[in-house]
Amino acid sequence: MLEALQLPFIQRALAAGLLVGALTSYLGVLVVQRRLSFLGDGLAHAAFAGVALGLLLNQEPLWVALPFAVTVALAITWVRQQSHLGDDTAIGIFFAVSVALGVLFMSLRQGFAPDAVAYLFGSILTVTPTDLGVMVGLALLVLLLLPLWRAWAYATFDRELALADRLPVALHDYLLSALVALVVVVSVKVVGIVLMAAFIVIPAATARLLSPTFAAMTLWSVGLGVFSVLPGLAAAYGFDVPAGSAIVLTQALLFALALLRRR
Amino acid sequence: MTAVAATLQQFSVRFGEFQALEEVSLEVPQGAFVAIVGPNGAGKSTLLKALLGISPGALRDAPTRVSGTVRVWGRPPEQVPADWVGYVPQVKSFDHSFPALALEVVVSGLRRGWPFRLTPQERAKAQAMLEQVGAGHLAYRRLGRLSGGELQRVYLARSLIRQPRLLLLDEPATGVDVLGEADLYRYLEAYQRRSGATVLMITHDWEAAQHHASAVLLLNRRVIAYGPPAEVMCHTCLAQAFGHVGHAHGLAMEGR
Repeated sequence: MLEALQLPFIQRALAAGLLVGALTSYLGVLVVQRRLSFLGDGLAHAAFAGVALGLLLNQEPLWVALPFAVTVALAITWVRQQSHLGDDTAIGIFFAVSVALGVLFMSLRQGFAPDAVAYLFGSILTVTPTDLGVMVGLALLVLLLLPLWRAWAYATFDRELALADRLPVALHDYLLSALVALVVVVSVKVVGIVLMAAFIVIPAATARLLSPTFAAMTLWSVGLGVFSVLPGLAAAYGFDVPAGSAIVLTQALLFALALLRRR
Repeated sequence: MTAVAATLQQFSVRFGEFQALEEVSLEVPQGAFVAIVGPNGAGKSTLLKALLGISPGALRDAPTRVSGTVRVWGRPPEQVPADWVGYVPQVKSFDHSFPALALEVVVSGLRRGWPFRLTPQERAKAQAMLEQVGAGHLAYRRLGRLSGGELQRVYLARSLIRQPRLLLLDEPATGVDVLGEADLYRYLEAYQRRSGATVLMITHDWEAAQHHASAVLLLNRRVIAYGPPAEVMCHTCLAQAFGHVGHAHGLAMEGR
């Protein structure tokens, strides 16, 4: 197993897995506590439409999917703020529109699109140096924005109190959803559209069960998100099973253990 | 001449088809204790939020129309330094699932942000504040494990820790037992004596209002009456605010 770490594509897979695990589980804390768990799914499908559009236009899918998903994220936030439809409905509408657009773009493109299928289920072993570079860039951005955790946590705790303390809550909502969209797009290549939501929801939900405070929940979530990548990747390499599935099943096992511990 | 803490002139708020407040004009003198009384949907919370500087549309999805002026110490409320104002929201608006200790909730009132780690000074200050409102033993209790009355104490400590000059409370006696309610008024009066702060409190309990407040605002979208409790709590005023007095009595009993 250790000699596998000498292989560049395995090194990239490991680095990508750890970065994705950390980024999704960090933002997942805010997403889950705001009851926006469905957002990960919605944006993963927006990423799918963006990838399909990129393939149709013969562009690198990532560069089309990033602005596409950010636009969808901002639109979801706008609809949430403007109407009383409820978050799940606002996300559900954009989810459906994204899938419809994705399928339409795919059908307009001549011939089979293997890349799109790879995006559907993710392929951690085919992460390119460019993909990894974008992930590192995004991780630096999230690190830079770490001080905003205080404002985001405060508005998550009580929106009204945050507004009374003059926090630009609506602006923070847009910023947070755009950041989630960026993280979802770069993660989708690794995790796959289908399993994207698990990376955002499960570590954060497990952390919620283990934590008396929101700070502890954040640390637990990132710890679990990063940790679950390791056995997942080892299983993928050792037993030749899909890495995304192995990681998500590890996350689910940890969730079950946390749930049992509480009883 | 007494200094004025807050002024409203012809202040109206409309959410879609619903008129929440209609041409409300009033002046709150510095150091007053105003009890705001009125039926459900009378615009009481909308009025408090306007004084807080929360735009009435920020928490509503209906198209909102606002007219008239609100001034707090002569300024638009959103330009008043946030730490001059303490706010205790309604218990039912709390998210009980948020993982937090009572101590952190109190410190959030100092920081105007959510604390990642508490400094020893913050801990000590928040603990002392909780003890002042008879909730010292709750400091390390999780938010989700507190009763309505305990939560009210924690939120009161949170609003007082910044030593506000203006204290706004939205039904602070809801979910509190009779003993707790007596305590609540004791803390508020003690704080007011010490600081000279102005207090506006929404309540359904007009008997308490009569006892503790220096003025009562009887509101039903419009100002029905505003003045010393003995004058405002007259039969005709209450009948006008609540439709009929029997109903008003029912509300007063509910609030206890």
